Amino acid sequence: MLLLLLAPLAFAALAFAIPSGRIRPRVLLVGAVLHAAGVAALWVLRPGPALGGWLALDAAGLLTLSTVSAVFLASGVYVQGYLATHPERDNRVFVGSLLVLLSAMTGVSLAQNLGLLWVIIEITTLATAPLIYFKHDALSLEATWKYLMVCSLGIALALLGTFFLALASAGPGGPRTLLLSDLVAAGGTLSRPWVRIAFAFLLAGYGTKMGLAPFHTWKPDAYGEAPGVLGALLAAGVTNVAFLALVRVTTVCQAAGEGAFARGGLLGIGLLSILVAAVFMVGQRDFKRLLAYSSVEHMGILALGVGLGGAAAAGAFFHMVNNGLTKGVLFFAAGNIHRAFGSKQVDQVRGAARRLPISGPLFLLGFLAITGSPPFSPFFSEFAILSGAFHVGRPVVASVFLVLLALIFVTMGSTVLHIVQGDPGADEEPRQFHDRVLTAGPPLVLMLVVLALGLWVPDALTALFEAAASAVRG
Amino acid sequence: MALWTGFVFVLVVGLDLVVLASSRLRGAIRTVAFQGAVMSALPLLLASEHHQTVHVLALALGALVVKGVVIPGMMLWAMREAAIRRELEPIVGFVPSMVLGAVGVALAFTYSGSLPLPIHARHTLLVPSALSTVWTGLILVMTRRKAVAQVLGFLVVENGIFVFGLLLSDFMPFMVEAGVLLDLLAAIFVMGIVIFHINREFASLDTRRLTSLRD
Amino acid sequence: MRHLVALVAFLAFLLLSPLLLGVVNRVKAVFAGRTGAPLLQPYRDLRRLLGKQAVYSRTTTWVFRAGPVVGLAAVVAAGLLMSFGGAPALLPFPGDFILFAYLLGLGRFFTALAALDTGSSFEGMGAAREVTFASFAEPALFLCLVVLVRATGSMSLSGMLRAELPEIWHTQGPALLLAAVALLVVALAENARIPVDDPNTHLELTMIHEVMVLDHSGPDLAFIQYGASLKLFLFGALVVRLALGFPFSSTWWSLLAFLGGMALFAVVLGTIESTTARLRLIRVPQLLVAASIMGAFALVLILR
Repeated sequence: MLLLLLAPLAFAALAFAIPSGRIRPRVLLVGAVLHAAGVAALWVLRPGPALGGWLALDAAGLLTLSTVSAVFLASGVYVQGYLATHPERDNRVFVGSLLVLLSAMTGVSLAQNLGLLWVIIEITTLATAPLIYFKHDALSLEATWKYLMVCSLGIALALLGTFFLALASAGPGGPRTLLLSDLVAAGGTLSRPWVRIAFAFLLAGYGTKMGLAPFHTWKPDAYGEAPGVLGALLAAGVTNVAFLALVRVTTVCQAAGEGAFARGGLLGIGLLSILVAAVFMVGQRDFKRLLAYSSVEHMGILALGVGLGGAAAAGAFFHMVNNGLTKGVLFFAAGNIHRAFGSKQVDQVRGAARRLPISGPLFLLGFLAITGSPPFSPFFSEFAILSGAFHVGRPVVASVFLVLLALIFVTMGSTVLHIVQGDPGADEEPRQFHDRVLTAGPPLVLMLVVLALGLWVPDALTALFEAAASAVRG
Repeated sequence: MALWTGFVFVLVVGLDLVVLASSRLRGAIRTVAFQGAVMSALPLLLASEHHQTVHVLALALGALVVKGVVIPGMMLWAMREAAIRRELEPIVGFVPSMVLGAVGVALAFTYSGSLPLPIHARHTLLVPSALSTVWTGLILVMTRRKAVAQVLGFLVVENGIFVFGLLLSDFMPFMVEAGVLLDLLAAIFVMGIVIFHINREFASLDTRRLTSLRD
Repeated sequence: MRHLVALVAFLAFLLLSPLLLGVVNRVKAVFAGRTGAPLLQPYRDLRRLLGKQAVYSRTTTWVFRAGPVVGLAAVVAAGLLMSFGGAPALLPFPGDFILFAYLLGLGRFFTALAALDTGSSFEGMGAAREVTFASFAEPALFLCLVVLVRATGSMSLSGMLRAELPEIWHTQGPALLLAAVALLVVALAENARIPVDDPNTHLELTMIHEVMVLDHSGPDLAFIQYGASLKLFLFGALVVRLALGFPFSSTWWSLLAFLGGMALFAVVLGTIESTTARLRLIRVPQLLVAASIMGAFALVLILR
């Protein structure tokens, strides 16, 4: 397990050291493959805690780790094709930061000490910043700056929240530790007002990293200006690990008796995020920013699921996996479309299905999947959350959720259909970009997995979802 | 001893208000550096018999070096590269932001007494001065226009969190505190590079220029 | 006995104030590398001015003649209320600090009226600036005085600055320090010192207090200058007793130490004047608001 954490770091060091820009992407691919193999091994082996209990594998962590690893593997392949189209740019920082990011995301999934968790999430912020800036132009600089400022502020608030939590555990008879298992075991002795305040700050802080409203302001800029690969990794990796952090915090709140408070907060902020996403998607001119708002929406759905509790919580974890994979499809396809048409603006892109026979339809299919159409897996996870809402006796929430989902389907659909259908028309300067194996293959594979998950969910996965949800349930 | 610690806390909060009032960026950077240096004395003043001397000394020294020397040095370097001098009038004006900061400080000091602390507070002024500093930092980040001033606000927030963290140094592992300082350093380093690029790209560090991305 | 000490203190106040100004000017000269005027020069200036004949403009009325007289009377009356060096004042009573502040305000009011009475826009501009800054300084002054009231539990200046004040530092140190710093800033503002105003400048753009008294001459000018030195002594007494109170058992030693402290105050004032630059006019309200905030913060600390 420790190896899984450290190996990508070693590869990162290697990437920084290698002078050749052509060999470096291969290092990334090798690292991604080895990491995926390691995660598969973890599924089988299920090792015990390491580092004195600071690293341990539990259900939620394993789910997050698998999603991250799968998307990273797909990204690793995609990057080979992506970097080949930009041979003039120096990719040393890019590849190195990607590997550091992988290591950090692994660390978050495995961390059991909330302080360690915080440190590693800070590292993800730092590692992604140079990646957003890869294009080195004015707009990406602005996006990087906003990302850094907002996320750093969020991280600072999260640290304060972590301190409050530590304070809560310091009462008479308290565990005086930030180790998750100890905190949960000694839940009754935690000081409840401090747990509440801690939760508020941690929700603000980690919610910023997740991209929940009203802390989501960095998302449209960052996702819009970053390369498609990074969009996929941010949406499927970084936001998911932030979600995991929130889940851990909710677990502690639940153990301390403040579970209802925590879930209420998550519910409110989840609905707010979906609402904000729906509003801002109307008339969106830039399809990458559209995807960013979709990410805000789905993070809201995740928060909503955990906030509802019961069966909806298991649905939320299922949705985390589905959302990650589908976002991968969408961002890879969007990246391809961007390069093929040379623009992100909806007015200038038409007929993607004709020009890119694989990426175009994939973009359409991805849209259908992410908005919850059967037979794709997000439909089932969103349905689980919806039915869970009715089961716990919150029909109003469920109805609002349904209405917003429909709204998003319509607004997103109009943009997506506009892009995909029609005739590309003659181009002033013919672009050389066509679908190649390396750039079209990964989204295709991910799409097939999403379809497969929709048709059949292995029992092992369902068991994991239940196990993860039981920790946060009331 | 408690009296001197009280003086230090009051000085920290006073420096917050000075930073809110300063219009000159260099002066503000030096004030925050001075605040960081003053804060690094706090672990020594608050130490009790439970603590290992090495740990306390290392923490104090580390805070002094990082907060008082390294980070301000990097920021002054960034400013020299960018050749900027004065801050423009902030979004809410100097006097309103001072008053806003003062209101936050007053609220923090008045109501922190009613927060039930699970452990015996090392000093009655610790929690309110930490919260006041965080509040001041947030005001700075939200109301200042120059990128350097926003980073300065972030530094002040981190200062406040450091003071709060001293409350926990009885039982919290060494790692978290070191991690805070380390990450602070790294974050500022990265921000410094970005500031440098912002200046190159826009020929100024005015974040009002960073408004082309919007919906 | 106590009354004897009070009387001696009051006489010291009356006689030694110009010396305070002399020390300040000497310090400034030393910083500038000059030898400077002798320490007793202000006394010589006063004697010279008293011997001259006053010149009155035809546009002025009785207000112009009354201004310096009322100003001086107000300051001397305020001195009756002030406790010097821990000795009780000559006429203490509960709530006298409010009268103290407003006596000084009365003096300033009449000076401003006299300036307006000349009918010149130049003096009017100075009066407007002075009064504006005074309105910012007033809350700061009162906040600090209320801090003292709360800290000592007494409503009279004599009670606030009495012999037990140094002991209160042990429990309320931070608050008292803040109040002392804020009072120093108020003292700088009320006495038209750098960084608020330059007493030596003659540039229209930068004059505040000096321009108000530009038209006075002879004995009137002597009254004004003497009154200014008395006012400086009063504020200095407040700051020095607050910041440098020494717990002596004998009141005579306290008085002596107090006078030494006043000399130190004059040196500090001279140093501040020599090392800082005058603030831009729009920054002066910010400085005074900062002083008010410091006073408010001290009050919050005291009330906890």
